Amino acid sequence: MSALAQPLAESMVQSVDWLAIAPPTITAVVGLVVLVADLFLQEARKALLGWVSVAGLAASALMLLPLLDGDRATFCLTGDATACSYTADHFTLVIQFLVLGGALVAALLSITTLKDADKGLPEGEYWFLLLSSAAGAALLPASRDLATLIVALEVASLPAFALVGIRHGDKKSAEAALKFFLSSVTATAVSLMGVSFVYATTGTLYLTQIADRIQHVDGQFHTLAQTGVVLTLIGFAFKTAAVPFHFWVPDTYVGAPLPIAAYLSVVGKAVGFSGLILVTVVAFPSYADVWGPALAALAALTMTVGNLGALRQQATRAYSAVRLLAWSSVGQAGYLLVPIAAAAYSKDAQKSIGSTVAYALMYAAVNLGAFAVAALVGRSRALNRISDYRGLYASNPLAALLLAFFLLCLAGLPPGVIGLFAKVTVFSAAVDAGLGWLAVVMAVNVVIALFYYLQWTALLFRVPEGEHDKHRVPAPLTAALALTGALGIALSGAPQLVLRFADTGLF
Amino acid sequence: MIDINESVMQVLLAFVVVGPLLGAVAALLPAPPGLKGKSPEQAVLRHGVTVTGVILIAAIVLALGFDHDHPSKMQATTDISWIPALDVRIHLGIDGISLPLLVLTALLTFLCALYSYFKMPTGPSPKAFVALILVLESGTLATFAVLDLILFFLAFETVLIPMYFLIARWGGAQRTRAAWKFILFALLGSVVMLLGLLLIGIKAGTFDMVALATDNGRSLTTSVQVIAVLAIGIGLAVKTPMWPLHSWLPDAHTAAPTVGSVLLAGVLLKMGTYGFVRILLPIAPDGMHTFAPYLAAFAVVGIIYGSLACLALARQGAKGDLKRLIAYSSVGHMGFVLLGISTMTPTGVNGALFANIAHGLITGLLFFLVGALKDRTGTTDLDTLAEGTGAALYGKAPRLGGLLAFAAVASLGLPGLAGFWGEMLALFGAFKPAADLSRPAFLTFMAIAAFGTLLTAAYMLAVVRRVCMGAVAQETPKLADVQTYEFAAWTPLVALTVAAGLWPKALLGLTDPAVQQLLAGGTR
Repeated sequence: MSALAQPLAESMVQSVDWLAIAPPTITAVVGLVVLVADLFLQEARKALLGWVSVAGLAASALMLLPLLDGDRATFCLTGDATACSYTADHFTLVIQFLVLGGALVAALLSITTLKDADKGLPEGEYWFLLLSSAAGAALLPASRDLATLIVALEVASLPAFALVGIRHGDKKSAEAALKFFLSSVTATAVSLMGVSFVYATTGTLYLTQIADRIQHVDGQFHTLAQTGVVLTLIGFAFKTAAVPFHFWVPDTYVGAPLPIAAYLSVVGKAVGFSGLILVTVVAFPSYADVWGPALAALAALTMTVGNLGALRQQATRAYSAVRLLAWSSVGQAGYLLVPIAAAAYSKDAQKSIGSTVAYALMYAAVNLGAFAVAALVGRSRALNRISDYRGLYASNPLAALLLAFFLLCLAGLPPGVIGLFAKVTVFSAAVDAGLGWLAVVMAVNVVIALFYYLQWTALLFRVPEGEHDKHRVPAPLTAALALTGALGIALSGAPQLVLRFADTGLF
Repeated sequence: MIDINESVMQVLLAFVVVGPLLGAVAALLPAPPGLKGKSPEQAVLRHGVTVTGVILIAAIVLALGFDHDHPSKMQATTDISWIPALDVRIHLGIDGISLPLLVLTALLTFLCALYSYFKMPTGPSPKAFVALILVLESGTLATFAVLDLILFFLAFETVLIPMYFLIARWGGAQRTRAAWKFILFALLGSVVMLLGLLLIGIKAGTFDMVALATDNGRSLTTSVQVIAVLAIGIGLAVKTPMWPLHSWLPDAHTAAPTVGSVLLAGVLLKMGTYGFVRILLPIAPDGMHTFAPYLAAFAVVGIIYGSLACLALARQGAKGDLKRLIAYSSVGHMGFVLLGISTMTPTGVNGALFANIAHGLITGLLFFLVGALKDRTGTTDLDTLAEGTGAALYGKAPRLGGLLAFAAVASLGLPGLAGFWGEMLALFGAFKPAADLSRPAFLTFMAIAAFGTLLTAAYMLAVVRRVCMGAVAQETPKLADVQTYEFAAWTPLVALTVAAGLWPKALLGLTDPAVQQLLAGGTR
């Protein structure tokens, strides 16, 4: 009997490639370890948890190295080896690197925040939530079936809700978390409905099989399939904070601890757009005429609303710096969507997708850098108004120069060379695809965005109004600043490092 | 003229572009021991003079080593891959068209640094000032030296931030508004330009200017060329500036510090016209043909408009600002440059390039002189200066008055000085435009532009009359006359204005072969 059962078991049980799934797995395991360790650790030694988490994230990022060939896949169908749930191709690796790197910088920022909060924030839970969310975000780009995709999306988001509301007794924090939660859950529900429609019409959840079968959908189910495609996209558009799903962003960013805002602005967006890319380019390429115009319109709306929102911020309002970064991240999300929309029209969809990836890498480095400086200033100026940055150059020249550099990168002007070239790739993706009108809308937006970025930059070098007290910058914060700054400057010298993704096939 | 090894030339050209950038970084660092000078301020200003001086010497050596027998050939070329993903190459090179502009830029920046060493504009620390001037120099020199469309765009953008801060931090009244207007206009123009450049690059498959120019638009359909010329043309026209996109210029000039005005007029405006000649004429000739008559029409409107604005400002009781007046005169002069380019003939384009250089020399000098006048009298308001009868500069500071009169006369295009040849050649070009352009239209433009020269003469003479002449009241104190450092900064400009006026062949001999080849189909 055992002789009979052996092949049966082999055909039923999937083999697992542990090395391929190492990056998200390590992150998740370290998260659990931290949660448990928190119970046994003395109060005085809680700071250790932070460093363990940072080390865990670094280790997961290092585990990407053996995968660099980009040819591994696991959890495949036993019958059909091409249909796999987890694929570690180049796209996956790049996004995982972005997610883990972003989480690492956010973790470095968090160490200082937790220390400054002085037991105001529960450390064990904080690190557990951050790491689980990062694990979900790292799983998402690797998922190649709709169920895993939705699960990963939820694993990435659910801890994020808790993180936003983690400040005990803070009304604003709780309200932001609720707002975030309700709107996000609605979007996920809509997304799930879309998935069920797609499943109903194609009978499979694997993205590659969907791509194949959705072309031959029965005529009467055509509308159902189309609706399914659109609804599925909505959940991911929400994560990217695309208009009209953006309204949660400013309040959430202000309500959340600053490192979490930084985390959401980069990793949260990465989750959204990588999901969008997988769904659109891998699963529904034949429906490009449906999602192409929709995404193009979404991109135009998102960048315009985001930039106008950022433009409206008053420098003297409380938390205006974080608010401005929040709105600007909405605007930047619009730029990220442009190449995805262009993929619908272009002959080489992978090249367009590469532009989004390249832009996202640039954006991640400089936006986290800007948040790091904001965290630094926020230590002495709790209100974190833009007017608090006036004369920063006089008290902390290096931080001021770095912030100026990051802001000019976001604006896309020299000396922020990498920002400029990242915009050039996005523009060229749009022009290449014949989306001239979108390129023009984006051009106008670049000018609008320049206004507020440069206004802030100019403020840094003004004569200071009050006394800026000089603090010693804590080591983790210095590390975060050095990391993002070095990355931004290195990329400005050798833009090819990220722009090569705009030239090669990632899948 | 002298034989220099090609690889030395390559290094020189690369150094000319990168050197100021390194100098800018060095300016921000504390001075090394032994170079501390009397004070940190003095040390950093001296650093600025040294760096720009070295760059000027390098540029002059480059000009001497340039093979003057083959000015149409790209020389001192470097071509290395930088960003393969975007097909962007670091492609540098100079020919007869870019060499004069390169030397002019290096010269004007050096003179500005020298002038600021003695007369630092009021504002925050000179450290940032010197660093910004050097970044500005690097950006402009790069614009004239690069042969890759994307790199050209990068260089074009590099000058924006330094100029913004120069105006916003060291400027006069209304500086914040003027600086914003400058950068928003420039950026709006340049992003539109970027779209055009990308369109050309994507459709033709390369961003290399030499390859594109040799191709001469053959691989681009007419409709692509038309769209590209429209987009790129708008970006360049903002920078030039062409009427009606000029409105940032008078504000920027009025608010900018003297040195900023000199560089703005002398160098930055040239980037726009250079782009027309280097990019649009050879790469998209069909599109250029479509737009040439409109460009010419806008150009002559600019000539007349600039002159009329100047006349209005020069009137008694108009409260005209002298810097604003020169800015409007720039609009008129650049109108001639654009008219020359729009004829699409060697004569016209040569005239445009000549007028470009002449405008850089003369207007640079004018802004220096007006700046000096402001330092002495505290105002550039014509009515305040002239009061009832005239400022009587001849009596109070005869040398300054003489120089001002010289510059004004050169600006109105007196034969024998630099301003004459460019405008005359541009008019000649309009008399006989390229074969498929409407001749009657261009004859009309020529007539209007010629009338513009009369108006120019009228307002320039009015300025001379009101500022230099007049009765000297006995009790008024004499103004300080031209100082030694001012002589040092201005003499090269005066000498070159006279030299270019008397010996135009020196310049035309350089540009003509290159222009001939550019119009016939690219550069070798």
